[in-house]
Amino acid sequence: MLEKALTGSRRYWLWICVLLALSGIGFIAYLRQFTYGLGITGMSRDVTWGLYIGQFTFLVGVAASGVMLVLPYYLHNYKKFGKITILGEFMAVAAVTMCVLFIFVDMGQPMRIMNVMLHPTPNSIMFWDSVVLLGYLMLNIIIGWTVLGAERKEVPPPSWVKPLIYLSIAWAPSIHTVTAFLYAGLPGRHFWLTAIMAARFLASAFASGPALLILLCFIIRRTTRFDPGKEAIQTLGKIVTYFMITNVFFFGLEVFTAFYSQIPGHMHSFEYLYAGLEEHRVLVPLMWTSAVLAIVAVILLINPATRKNEITLGLASVAVFLSLWIDKGFGLVIGGFVPNPFETVTEYWPTLPETLITIGVWAAGFLILTVLYKVAISVKEELA
Amino acid sequence: MSINRREFLKIAGISLLGFGGASAVKKHLMGDNWVEASEVLRSPDALTAQQWAMVVDVRKITTMNDYKKIVEACHSIHNVPDFRNPKDEIKWIWKDTFEHTFPTSGHPYMEEGIEEKPFLLLCNHCENPPCVRVCPTKATFKSKDGITMVDFHRCIGCRFCMAACPYGARSFNWRDPRPFIKKTNPEFPTRTKGVVEKCNFCAERLAKGLEPACVEASNGAMVFGDLKDPDSEVRRILRTHYTIVRKPELGTRPSVYYVIGG
Repeated sequence: MLEKALTGSRRYWLWICVLLALSGIGFIAYLRQFTYGLGITGMSRDVTWGLYIGQFTFLVGVAASGVMLVLPYYLHNYKKFGKITILGEFMAVAAVTMCVLFIFVDMGQPMRIMNVMLHPTPNSIMFWDSVVLLGYLMLNIIIGWTVLGAERKEVPPPSWVKPLIYLSIAWAPSIHTVTAFLYAGLPGRHFWLTAIMAARFLASAFASGPALLILLCFIIRRTTRFDPGKEAIQTLGKIVTYFMITNVFFFGLEVFTAFYSQIPGHMHSFEYLYAGLEEHRVLVPLMWTSAVLAIVAVILLINPATRKNEITLGLASVAVFLSLWIDKGFGLVIGGFVPNPFETVTEYWPTLPETLITIGVWAAGFLILTVLYKVAISVKEELA
Repeated sequence: MSINRREFLKIAGISLLGFGGASAVKKHLMGDNWVEASEVLRSPDALTAQQWAMVVDVRKITTMNDYKKIVEACHSIHNVPDFRNPKDEIKWIWKDTFEHTFPTSGHPYMEEGIEEKPFLLLCNHCENPPCVRVCPTKATFKSKDGITMVDFHRCIGCRFCMAACPYGARSFNWRDPRPFIKKTNPEFPTRTKGVVEKCNFCAERLAKGLEPACVEASNGAMVFGDLKDPDSEVRRILRTHYTIVRKPELGTRPSVYYVIGG
């Protein structure tokens, strides 16, 4: 089936070239990081994780959210999603691949990464995270490819794939729960030490991932002869609405606990992110952008008229995606490190090479996404 | 599908090799000569303990020179580089204010002079260390003597331990440290870029029967001993003085104690 990705319009090849160029630039920047060390990034002794781990965290959520298409179809027989579950599965494949790449570029000694497998350490959450992520990647590749292959031959999918699908439905929340546990079990990092971290992660994941799917559906409808279906997109819109509201609610719970209890450690990170601590306020504009986008998105989504209108639904999806990208891909990680264990502030901002590497990984992920979607949609176009 | 006896044995053999995996291969290659690193024999001179601990008597460290001497004693023998910028900084032992050392213990009306007084900070070699719990490769581990160690050759540089340490005790080699070491001590390894490091309670000196370098340089202001031995000097001080540890509320059980006043 892969050969279908080798034929396409000029526009398709132009897009592929752009992605290849961006990945290439990222790769060259990575070679510089590889020789110099991670000191080439904005990270420091006090802020030891930055943009890379933020993107990783955000993208695990995007990957997990593929289940929002798979679950209604397979567990509730919601037929409208039947045509597009493959979009969820292939998005998950691209997102998990980006996660793996972001972890790789964040390693101080990348050539030793196999030590995680050579010396398996069950008490480390990072060990479990690599297990669940690789498992989820395999599940989605196998399921997506098999079901699509059967569809192409116009036969029902083989029966052995059903149990794998059910497994993948249970597996999806697990990848994001385990990722939340990376943060939520660390003593002394008040911003992360919260029991609803995993719940918050899942809520934001099931808002941001489907928001991206809505946008991808719009792009597919404009650029190909395959229509994901108006009703399917509307249902995705409702999913985004409920989970975005849940996410904002969970955030409110965090703010209440911190500021009603008045425990300084619990308030400091929020103060740093949204008001700045003394003269340290680098992230304040970014965090307020996220907050405003979240409010705009919720208004557009709750109002039935703006949710049903595809233009405003598209705008709301962009707002949800950007808001949560800032919140989770940036604020969540940096906020945990500020203030540092000595209650002083070291700020963080990514450097140019770090940004280029990040863009490069995103480009590589979108390259995988484009190729997989091209295959899937070509199959569907043939059948139509 | 049916398989004959021959095929069955072949598959069974391969599976066995897979499951028995690593240890079978090791045995086969190394025979009886296979030993674990932990089996290495101790020198008869070595100092041993169940849980090494330290008491820092802040009253006895008064001049800036005292601090400099202690920090220098450690950093020079452990090949700790000096980058002269906080972003790349690597430190095993250093000084900071009361407010930063004990951020949850102070109040605005403290005893005069304590705000300016510097405190020595180093790895707490916790009895229940979060850094060891999170390390995905066992590169950070508890030694038999209760020292929290780092294997510079196994560390993958994920920095999970740095996020987990509530004491900011760990440093990362953001770049090649070797050009920034003033004078290399050939007795102790230098580090490569991309690995985490920190105080090791001078495990290499204890193995030779010597006390930690900082303790030696402190003129009796720092005392070292076995926390689990009721007759040790450390326990005697803990019995007779009011001492505090950093962030006890986190349950890490630090092994570095501070005598503040009185």
